[in-house]
Amino acid sequence: MLGPDTTWYVAVAAVLFGIGTTGVILRRSPLIVLLSLEIMLNASNLALVGFSRHFATVDGQVFAISVMAVAAAEVCVGLGLIVAFTRRKMELDVDTLTELRG
Amino acid sequence: MGNFLVWVIWIAAALACISTGVAVISFTNPFYSALALIGNLASLAVLFLLASAEFVAAAQILVYAGAVMVMFLFVIAYLGGRADAPWAGGPRWLQLGAFIVGAALLMEVIVALATKAGGDLSDGEELSRSFGSPAEIGRLFLTDHLLAFEITSIVLLVAAVGGVVLGMKSSAEDNA
Repeated sequence: MLGPDTTWYVAVAAVLFGIGTTGVILRRSPLIVLLSLEIMLNASNLALVGFSRHFATVDGQVFAISVMAVAAAEVCVGLGLIVAFTRRKMELDVDTLTELRG
Repeated sequence: MGNFLVWVIWIAAALACISTGVAVISFTNPFYSALALIGNLASLAVLFLLASAEFVAAAQILVYAGAVMVMFLFVIAYLGGRADAPWAGGPRWLQLGAFIVGAALLMEVIVALATKAGGDLSDGEELSRSFGSPAEIGRLFLTDHLLAFEITSIVLLVAAVGGVVLGMKSSAEDNA
């Protein structure tokens, strides 16, 4: 097997997942939160592909493609929400979007 | 020599991946964040290629860097200046907590790897030539993972309908 072994793949995936989590919690713009979510999903994809190579089964890659489709669906709904916020003249700030709070 | 070259490209792609990831969450302007994410996705595609996941790498570029990011950039352009929310908010402890949670997740994975899987991950199975080819992935999608394939199509349909419904002009908006 050429190149780094699976540990390296999982390590990079873990770092990316940590970066994504930090972004989701730290940033206030819903757009950046969505972008950080994309980083987290891609980190999981990297781990899936790394393990798929490790065990020489393609199932991990099949699952990675499913994750990609779910991510596309998530972006579709998320961006729809952001556009709806804007059209209702709501402020784009996750801290002020508290209308549904009981 | 071939192995050395693979290592060099892999390390470069991994570093690019992590640095663009940090750039995504640190830019104030969402436009630059989205551009950094495109770099992140492209370098991830290089990592996928080196893990002999050719089809996943191609799909990554087409679906993410092509379709999803164009949608992102379009919405950012549509929002214009209103997309620039404050960089971070909340009390100081919350901002510190974000970094602590990120680091804790990272440490958790490292500890789990080191204690449980450390030795087992060093030498993987040998790969056949057709590993990761579109034919192989298509065969699996239509045999072993047919249910996942069908459910994915329903998820995409629901998301498309949801996007249309969210984008429609509603009566609440007219009153606002």
